[in-house]
Amino acid sequence: MEIRSVKYRLGKSYGFQALVYILAFACVIPLLAILFYIIKAGVTKINWHFLVNVPKPVGETGGGIANALLGSILIIIVAAIIAIPIGIMAGIYLAENRKGRLAYWCRLSTDILQGVPSIVIGIVAYFWLVKPLGGFSGFSGSVALAIMMLPIVVRSTEETLKLLPDSLKEAALALGMPFHRVIFKVIVPVGFSGILSGVMLSIARITGETAPLLFTAFGNPYLSYKMTKPMQSLPLLIFNYATSPYNDWHDLAWGASLILLVWVLFLNIFTKIITRKWKVQL
Amino acid sequence: MDASVEKDMITRSEPLRVINSSPGAISKAKARTKRSWRQIRTESVFKRTLTIMGLVMIILVLGILLTLIVQSLPSIKSLGIKYLWSKVWDPVQDIYGAWPFLLGTLLSSFLALIISIPFSVSIAIFLGEYHPKGWLPNFLKNAVELIAAIPSVIFGFWGLAVLVPMVRILEIHLGVEPIGVGIFSSSLILSIMIIPYAASLGRSMITMVPSHLKEAAYGLGATRWEVIRSVVLPYTRSGLFAGILLSLGRALGETMAVTMVIGNTSLIPKNIFAPGNTMASVIANEFTEADKPVYVSALIELGLVLFLVTVVINIIGKKIIDRFTND
Repeated sequence: MEIRSVKYRLGKSYGFQALVYILAFACVIPLLAILFYIIKAGVTKINWHFLVNVPKPVGETGGGIANALLGSILIIIVAAIIAIPIGIMAGIYLAENRKGRLAYWCRLSTDILQGVPSIVIGIVAYFWLVKPLGGFSGFSGSVALAIMMLPIVVRSTEETLKLLPDSLKEAALALGMPFHRVIFKVIVPVGFSGILSGVMLSIARITGETAPLLFTAFGNPYLSYKMTKPMQSLPLLIFNYATSPYNDWHDLAWGASLILLVWVLFLNIFTKIITRKWKVQL
Repeated sequence: MDASVEKDMITRSEPLRVINSSPGAISKAKARTKRSWRQIRTESVFKRTLTIMGLVMIILVLGILLTLIVQSLPSIKSLGIKYLWSKVWDPVQDIYGAWPFLLGTLLSSFLALIISIPFSVSIAIFLGEYHPKGWLPNFLKNAVELIAAIPSVIFGFWGLAVLVPMVRILEIHLGVEPIGVGIFSSSLILSIMIIPYAASLGRSMITMVPSHLKEAAYGLGATRWEVIRSVVLPYTRSGLFAGILLSLGRALGETMAVTMVIGNTSLIPKNIFAPGNTMASVIANEFTEADKPVYVSALIELGLVLFLVTVVINIIGKKIIDRFTND
């Protein structure tokens, strides 16, 4: 190797450091641009009227996104009811059985499920629920979102419970507690904040999911609370109205985007606070 | 246990039994046995439920795979394997070829990957090597996590409103047809969206480089850049590769943002500025409109290809990470 002067090598080192700094912080620019633009475009559209009315037909100004808000909340609640028990139980199973053939395949399946494109889950939910039941429905959207939630809940439960000391469980078992009570009265309460943060994170993730809802919840311009009928949701409304040629509808979509963004960011920050608190306790 | 000891225990417990043999105590003892039986049963039921929940995950994945295969059988049968590289997609004339979408997916994903790699590796080096602690790296870390948290439909809407006009201006300067929407726009949006995946994984890999290796290099008189180039990067090469692979998996399957800015034509893109379609975006656009069985199942076959590709990518990525963290 050719021997260079120390000055040259130091200069190269500093030059590279500067390049890394610039490139690293360049990523903040699009983020700030998106946040700033959404807030600027959305904040003037949001008022009480906007939150409690359904969208008006093309040509009439005004209207709101009440149907999408209600639909989003209902779909997410049902998805959470389906996914949380299954996810936590599967997570406990994985944490209790670190080795073993079934646990290995279960872990692999969870990893695979985490990487499956959301549109594929939409297709599958269409064939599992929409076609047999004879129509688009909010419930099928919930199932599709529940499938997306599952791997996040499973992994976070497993990771949390793995970190707990074995002595805790052993002490409870030595006192003669049956296994299921050890899990529900000792293990789950101690790891509660970790599990909760995983649940919150998964809810934040599915709140913004659009692709699985395209063929399941489908969208609905009217206020509807029936889970067996097509249902509007916030991301669907944004997608449909953003790609429409009408300015009134774009305005609605900007307002809806801001609400969705605030919702998702709130959930993320909440999760972060929980995890921070939990780490301090550990 | 020794036979004599056992006998001893029995005789010792005999008086106890005699004392307890009042009628009330017998029913109490019976209740206790009953309760412990019930508890044992609950326990085994509980353990079985846990196992079933674990099985549910496996069944879900197999079910997805099976559903996709069964539903795409009509198109596999009638179109054959050459479907994947037939160049014309015209459902009205019953001509189906997936090549425009395969090409669109590969072009947009790899372009996005190439754009994002310098940024994500820089973030990983900055957070892992230069400044692991402090308020500034904390800010950067949170910002990167925020990028991952923003819903893709919002990325798409912002891209449509802000990025597409900017790309149009660029296209006018370059002298290409100024359409704005197209593969290049979707690659730009995708590259922003996939930065967090490679960056966060790369960061955790770089912090795992043993400090004695770096200290040895410093001790030999290496500059910071030389340490990064000849110690940190070679050590974390496989981990960085896994991170990039996982973000490629994300880019391939990303639907909404791409659908909104790619232009949605089923023609083969002539250059990177031309509008096109990816596998995911053509499914999103045409699935509910598909009226013929072969049309539907041709779309599902695209979904099957997408599923298999992302499964392979994810398994390889996870295997590399596992090997790296276990070493």
